[in-house]
Amino acid sequence: MIERGIEKEVEVEYTRLRIHFGPVHPALKEPVSLRVFVKGEEVVDVDIVLGHVHRGIESLAEGRNLAQALYLVERICGICSHSHTTCFTQALEEISGIKPSERALYLRTLIFEMERIHSHLLLLGIMAYEVGFDTLFMFTWHVRERILDLFEKITGNRIHHAMNTIGGVRWDLTPEMVKELDACLGEIEKSIKYIHDAFMDKTVEKRTYGLGVLDHSRAIKLCVVGPTARGSGVNIDVRRDHPYAAYNDMKEVFSVILRKDGDVYARTEVRLLEILESINIIRMVLDRLPEGSIRPEENIFRLMRKIQEGEAVSLVEAPRGELLYFVKTDGKGGLRRLKVRTPTFSNLACLKHVLVGHEIADIPVIVASIDPCLSCTNRVTIINRENGELNVVGMDTLRRRVRKKWMQ
Amino acid sequence: MFRVISRGRIKSPWIFHLNTGSCNGCDIEVVAAFTPRYDLERFGCLLVGSPRHADVLLVTGPVTRQMLPRLIRVYEQIPEPKVVVAVGTCASSGSPFLGSEMIEGPADRIIPVDAYVVGCPPRPEAIVKGVVMAVMSKFR
Repeated sequence: MIERGIEKEVEVEYTRLRIHFGPVHPALKEPVSLRVFVKGEEVVDVDIVLGHVHRGIESLAEGRNLAQALYLVERICGICSHSHTTCFTQALEEISGIKPSERALYLRTLIFEMERIHSHLLLLGIMAYEVGFDTLFMFTWHVRERILDLFEKITGNRIHHAMNTIGGVRWDLTPEMVKELDACLGEIEKSIKYIHDAFMDKTVEKRTYGLGVLDHSRAIKLCVVGPTARGSGVNIDVRRDHPYAAYNDMKEVFSVILRKDGDVYARTEVRLLEILESINIIRMVLDRLPEGSIRPEENIFRLMRKIQEGEAVSLVEAPRGELLYFVKTDGKGGLRRLKVRTPTFSNLACLKHVLVGHEIADIPVIVASIDPCLSCTNRVTIINRENGELNVVGMDTLRRRVRKKWMQ
Repeated sequence: MFRVISRGRIKSPWIFHLNTGSCNGCDIEVVAAFTPRYDLERFGCLLVGSPRHADVLLVTGPVTRQMLPRLIRVYEQIPEPKVVVAVGTCASSGSPFLGSEMIEGPADRIIPVDAYVVGCPPRPEAIVKGVVMAVMSKFR
């Protein structure tokens, strides 16, 4: 007979185990490497390794002229490309004093809000995919195709719209487009309500409620921006606080959506409801669209050479939060310095706080909920492990080092 | 026997997608190619999570310095016979980022590429066509 009651003594106690998550991982569409320290199933510590998408755009832009830089800046990110060019052209317009016409500003706002809808729908689809709700993922991406069709009609391109130019926009709206936009917005509004109902489903609720909580005070301390901050109840929105383009006239049309919970569901819901606000703004833009020319008569290359030496800081509310550009021109149609601070760069700081204490299986859901756009984010930072010293290395030093390495 | 296997390969090429520093534009178009409007899955394609299961490698982006060893590793992990499709202008020629110190690409400087899909970003139909052409030419 087998003696019962004698249990094997387990002497092994789980110590910290390091799990590499990424950079090539099925749950991530972009390369980021998370070094996750776990105890059993629980996440104890997280280390983020960036730089897999570092293309050296800032230094590349400094060697090109403004028209080329405008093209390059758009290629920072494929999802929020219009935000990048708007921010860049705004800075140039501030330096040079060129004023875009009212109609151009309205059209910029229109594309901006369409981009927000497209970006948020993309994120909602990815959220559904991470939760394991593939049908909803397919449905949201199907809705998103409608917006991409409109982009193609208006600007000629699905992803990189190339809408902005110095002092205006490149394409105009025709009356048929306005009609089609109106019809499409109604459809999207209906679908959004359906998606909202689907997200209220029990399965989604169980995967997202109370997960990855970022409370209000911590969100302020970590300087989180955009929907991630609004999901934690931080009341910031560049569109309302520092209006640009035509947002000054839109103040009464949209409200800033806030949620207090700070969990994954709150962040997702903020994005969902922001789409409805964007639809309101687009309707108002179409309603009030002023007449006039959309861009200056002069060629962009002539305009570019006229821009004097100077520097400016420009802010926009990209779909993921506050986007900041610092531009310094050299007066000969080139750039002396370009500095980009993207929203994900500030949002990634909170990743450690929201991940610690959760299970390994929840990592993709939580990471997706802050909507990381890593191609915007990569910087060169070197951390000295022994004394914890952190120093940001300039491109020149790095280049020298790289060359030295290659010479050997 | 061999003909049966190659026929099977043509009917169900499994795809692994690797981002080597792209701007996301091509990546969302690759994913869009799998969603209902374009539906690459009707050709038997499937987006898989591991290179060991894949027949087709989709490379997007100019190859950055940090992703260079990963690209080689992922390429070596895919079992023979394999097909590589470079998606987007960056992967095909490195165009907007040429001259940067951080770029090692384009992809064909590092691994053999069977099909190029150009465009910034290419439309999902173009990606579908690129995959189908590469598979038909190599696996037949």
